[in-house]
Amino acid sequence: MGNGNRKDGDPKRQGTLLSRREVLKMGAAGGLGLLLGSMVGGSVIAGKGLAASLTKGFDSRPTGDNQESVPFYGKVQAGIVTPAQNFLIFASFDLVTERIEDVRKLFQDWTDAAARLTEGKPVGEESDNAFLPPKDTGEAAGLLPARTTVTFGVGPSVFDGRFGLKSKRPPTFADLPPFPGESLQPEWCGGDIGVQVCSNDMQVAFHAIRNLIRIARGKAVLKWMQEGFQRSGAADPKAGTPRNLLGFKDGTGNPDVNDPDLMNRYVWVQKADGPSWMENGTYMVVRKIRMRIEVWDRSSLQDQEATFGRHRASGAPLGRQDEFDSLEEALEQKNADGTYVIPVQSHVRLSHGDGSVKILRRSYSYSSGIEPRSGQLDAGLFFICFQRDIASQFVPLQDRLARQDKLNEYIVHIGSAVFACFPGVSRGGYIGEGLWS
Amino acid sequence: MKKSVTALATGILGAAIMLTGCSSKEETASPQAEGTATAAAAAESEGLKAATESYKKYVIEQTDLFVQATEAFVDAVKAGDVEKARELYAPSRMYYERIEPIAESFGDLDPNIDAREGDVDESEWRGYHRLEKALWVQKSVEGQDKYADQLLSDSQQLRALVETVEVSPDMLVTGAVGLLNEVSSSKVVGEEERYSHTDLYDFAANVEGAEKIFELLRPELEKKDASLASDIERKFADLKADLAQYKEGDGYKIYTELKPDQTKKLSQLIDALAEPLSQMGTVLGA
Repeated sequence: MGNGNRKDGDPKRQGTLLSRREVLKMGAAGGLGLLLGSMVGGSVIAGKGLAASLTKGFDSRPTGDNQESVPFYGKVQAGIVTPAQNFLIFASFDLVTERIEDVRKLFQDWTDAAARLTEGKPVGEESDNAFLPPKDTGEAAGLLPARTTVTFGVGPSVFDGRFGLKSKRPPTFADLPPFPGESLQPEWCGGDIGVQVCSNDMQVAFHAIRNLIRIARGKAVLKWMQEGFQRSGAADPKAGTPRNLLGFKDGTGNPDVNDPDLMNRYVWVQKADGPSWMENGTYMVVRKIRMRIEVWDRSSLQDQEATFGRHRASGAPLGRQDEFDSLEEALEQKNADGTYVIPVQSHVRLSHGDGSVKILRRSYSYSSGIEPRSGQLDAGLFFICFQRDIASQFVPLQDRLARQDKLNEYIVHIGSAVFACFPGVSRGGYIGEGLWS
Repeated sequence: MKKSVTALATGILGAAIMLTGCSSKEETASPQAEGTATAAAAAESEGLKAATESYKKYVIEQTDLFVQATEAFVDAVKAGDVEKARELYAPSRMYYERIEPIAESFGDLDPNIDAREGDVDESEWRGYHRLEKALWVQKSVEGQDKYADQLLSDSQQLRALVETVEVSPDMLVTGAVGLLNEVSSSKVVGEEERYSHTDLYDFAANVEGAEKIFELLRPELEKKDASLASDIERKFADLKADLAQYKEGDGYKIYTELKPDQTKKLSQLIDALAEPLSQMGTVLGA
């Protein structure tokens, strides 16, 4: 799961907007204190705390405070190097219009809506006409921004000729090649548009995606949608690396999102990479990975640790003490019989490879009830990663894992999609302007 | 077969050797500590030694039968006798499925014999499931001689290699659970035999292989935890009773005839058995 995102020092990202609070002031001044007082995990309990939160630096915890909003406008889209919020809703859409002006209008409307949603505002001002359905669906009325982000991307299929965009397709951007052992289900694959909503509150996240879906009606339809979660900031005040559902820390080896050089090297598309509409954008890979939870649960601790190549309790590389002890050194260490302490087929060794290729993981766990044929849990990892180039970063890495990873006994990839995530947008512009105009 | 299709023999056997240091859970995993623990575990019990020796005999015996059955199957394929080949297909595979964890430890041999379509590159795909597709989808064995010959020589190579296996007590414990995991991961969802739908044959064979290991370890297990041994015995009986209702002649119904609530029941009985079975590691502990 993706959380190397420990700090975010960008002062522009300090929480500032409390628009739903203004709404509250009008109707329920008394209720406000109650609401804030009942917030779990927030550092703000009383008026004094509120003032403090407005002046202090950005919360370094992955989840931060619910009254904070993450700015929508900027050089890059939010939701990529933003510390991962508690919840995810990911929606994949197919365009049903073939007119590019409809798509342009959709993204203009989505941009406006997303900017308001991330500030905790309803998607539109309400009219006085009671004969009209409300503009906003209402279930987030009175709720805080909860650090909601909305991140947009397009799949390779938008360059198929429907919109005359063939010449704008980034040269290496394409559907993933087949990987050995995967068991992809068409109903969990692909899409013209990917929208990632992250939030510290599930109802706020649902409200956001629901209103975006509503705005898209007649232009784009849902292809698939998945909810995800991770441990909340409230449950993990020390903000350790999150654990996946197999019980292991996941994300220890992520590149540091606070290092602009690393991000430019591994995540953000650079001017020289082209095409120009993707500069400061990034490419996203999404894989729905089902875990064979019951099988894993009856594997011995040693087997589990040999599978990951890390100690379960500490997250340290096998043979080491601390989670952040040098992996490179640990990978060289051998047993008396000449075998590696970290097995050759372990997940950590294969993921690391020669260390030259990195991706930014930002995954969530999912749980979707039971698998009807087996009665087993339908749960796993909704894997999300960002990179500057999928063909030279994710593909070779996943190819290695698909062929050799010992973890493959316990997981199966059932969904897959790739999206070119646009650069950020400034006020007055709209998401994807460089592509659609 | 397992999904890690290029399983390196050295990796798995190496890991098995390392893992015999299971009694050293509390110690830090330094190479020295593991070396000492390996020695200690090896000397631990005459009873465990007897179990591993018996198991090796069982593996060799099953592999002998596997080669014989494969030969008959391959002969039918090469004679162009589709009906006969289809008849022999599932029963032949049962010998392999009973000893799957051992058979899987020889690098490319397992994918060569048992890879399903998509597990390996199309150009490398061969073995039982390639012929399964020919028999059930193309309904013809034309052009399959090459795969038939390879399958026989791969099975003979397996026979030669099982001779060299050093069975450790740890391999028995993880192998028994591994067999049930095979059932959970591919048979229960009907993904193993996607063309012939003979998954219940593999299912039964995996369970029989696991029960064999349980029987061999049982004397040791009873010394440590008699109630665990009787719990496992009961769970095996429950599972086998449920499985028995799908018997048809010498074999089993095809999997697609089972209703979702029936496959779900089988799956849950496997989980109910595998959970206590995974506690057999207690015979290795201090």
